[in-house]
Amino acid sequence: MDLSSINPILLLASLMVAATPILLAALGELVVERAGVLNLGVEGMMITGAICGFAIAVETGSPVVGFIGAALGGALLSLLFAGLTQFALANQVASGLALTLFGLGLSALLGQSYVGVKPPPTAKLDIPLLGDIPVLGPIVFAHDWMVYFGLALTLVVWALLKFTRAGLILRAVGENHDAAHALGYKVVRVRVLAILFGGACAGMGGAYLSLVRVPQWTEGMTAGAGWIALALVVFASWKAGRVLLGAYLFGGVTVLQLNLQAAGVDIPVEYLSMSPYLITILVLVILSADRSRAPGSLGRVFHASS
Amino acid sequence: MKFTRLLTGAVLALGLASTAIAEEKTKVGFVFVGPIGDGGWTYEHNQARLAIEKEFGDKVETVYVESVAEGPDSERVMTQMALKGADLIFTTSFGYMDPTINVAKKFPDVKFEHATGYKTAPNVSTYSARFYEGRAVQGHIAGKMTKSNIVGYIGSVPIPEVIRGINSAYIHAKKVNPDVEFKIVWVFEWFNPAKEADAAKVLIEQGADVILQHTDSTAPLAAAEEAGNVIGFGQASDMAAYKDGPRVSSIIDNWGPYYIARTRAVMDGTWESVPTWDGIGPGMVGIGEITDRVPADVKAEAIALKEAIASGEYHPFTGPLNKQDGSAWLEDGEIADDGTLLGMNFYVEGIEGTIPQ
Repeated sequence: MDLSSINPILLLASLMVAATPILLAALGELVVERAGVLNLGVEGMMITGAICGFAIAVETGSPVVGFIGAALGGALLSLLFAGLTQFALANQVASGLALTLFGLGLSALLGQSYVGVKPPPTAKLDIPLLGDIPVLGPIVFAHDWMVYFGLALTLVVWALLKFTRAGLILRAVGENHDAAHALGYKVVRVRVLAILFGGACAGMGGAYLSLVRVPQWTEGMTAGAGWIALALVVFASWKAGRVLLGAYLFGGVTVLQLNLQAAGVDIPVEYLSMSPYLITILVLVILSADRSRAPGSLGRVFHASS
Repeated sequence: MKFTRLLTGAVLALGLASTAIAEEKTKVGFVFVGPIGDGGWTYEHNQARLAIEKEFGDKVETVYVESVAEGPDSERVMTQMALKGADLIFTTSFGYMDPTINVAKKFPDVKFEHATGYKTAPNVSTYSARFYEGRAVQGHIAGKMTKSNIVGYIGSVPIPEVIRGINSAYIHAKKVNPDVEFKIVWVFEWFNPAKEADAAKVLIEQGADVILQHTDSTAPLAAAEEAGNVIGFGQASDMAAYKDGPRVSSIIDNWGPYYIARTRAVMDGTWESVPTWDGIGPGMVGIGEITDRVPADVKAEAIALKEAIASGEYHPFTGPLNKQDGSAWLEDGEIADDGTLLGMNFYVEGIEGTIPQ
């Protein structure tokens, strides 16, 4: 066993990269669920975003345009879900699952000519002086800009939900859609917008996988990241700060356990492999011991006549 | 009256004709563990499926289901295929072993071919390739090429096939470079690009400058390319897209000839349950082109090693070899028997770490 071969600075830096895709997807789903909609299609929207972002970045040569394309692609797919659940009043669980299956198939179709292609590199935010600070530099100042975007988005979502009128309306719709409707708020409109936001975030999360973390396109490359994001929202008791904590914890333990394996630590590998899930769930469950609960109207179908 | 009789006759004739057509076509089913676009394991199996279609044309019909989880899901898929009239079903992952045996019991007239397993039945054959022969060549190149003397190995699922590969690569790396050290990371999945990329990055951060992988995607090669001075190998497929970069050689699974032969056997009615385990010699394992990044002398040695294995003059598991705990396994000059190799559950002497059980 040789723990000295693990570099804690590199570990912290790669933790942030490993956590970003699920952070983005989970933030989007958080807003959707706060509006009272349960969208199980995160995985499908992520993988669609992954291929849309990849294809557009390759065609235009610009990763920034790629990420915007990924957000649009994810949002477009989520529009299907919005149509089914908000206008056709279909069951949300079934529609969400269908969206995942559809997204996986669609992405495989779209991606056929992009297997083995290399994407343009995403720029790192190399600030000349700050990036050279001994310990802090590589951890805080030497990432690609999407990592900072994820952090900023957490802050924005948190502030928006907590302090603004728009956030208040969104939460009202999620808590009790009949009351919100009686007060004159457009329940369906709010929810459609929330679903679109969720789709865009999931799409960017997927594109982060295909453009930065892996970086290449392979079918089925999200490999369950969307489901982890979904679970994270629940265990984080629908709070943006805890989603960030959970995502970084999950990413951190994932990278750490690989490091421990490579360093030959004498813990059975099975325990190391399950540790990211176990530790993340444990910490978030302990945190959610306060009286936070799911939005009241979560998953319920709304129609103005009822 | 006359008219209805005519109609009945026509319908009967049509029905007979269509059954006759249906009987002529041999239906071959495939159960894949990953997507056919993975660029590795499943990609090659699908290439072999296409080879069958090309060989037999109208006489066969192939069906496949991709990304089937190992376990109960696969049993459902196989049952469905058998019910839909498949004559021969290839199940192409180790974890399909018990489901294949279960389904085969229910459909005694359907032939099954299970890849990389060890359980057979009157209508279940097993087939696999001696990938460890290719690993020996990779190990040789890895031992010669590493400057940090650290070789990273991404293990997928701890089954004998993967452990054989690690041992074979290690033995041959050690032979040419006594200081070499293997760092092994298990990802417990055959296909998960994000996890594979993470594993490769971790190994590179810990000093590895050669990455060997037993997972199915090209993500580790992408990570090696990003790191710059790290080399890797194509796994299961040539992964030629990385030829200009980190990929210095590859192990290619060539299932086509076997699949065609087995399909023909079903058509002729000569199909029998036999275990097949072929290597470089019969062409089931191919070594992809060794690029110029490898010095000419190393390349020549690697090719000589490959030839020696192909002709049967050298076996990668030739004694003297000890097990990890130091106990003797093979005497000087003794060659490992297939039974031990098929059930291999130990590391050879010198490898650090324990195998997950």
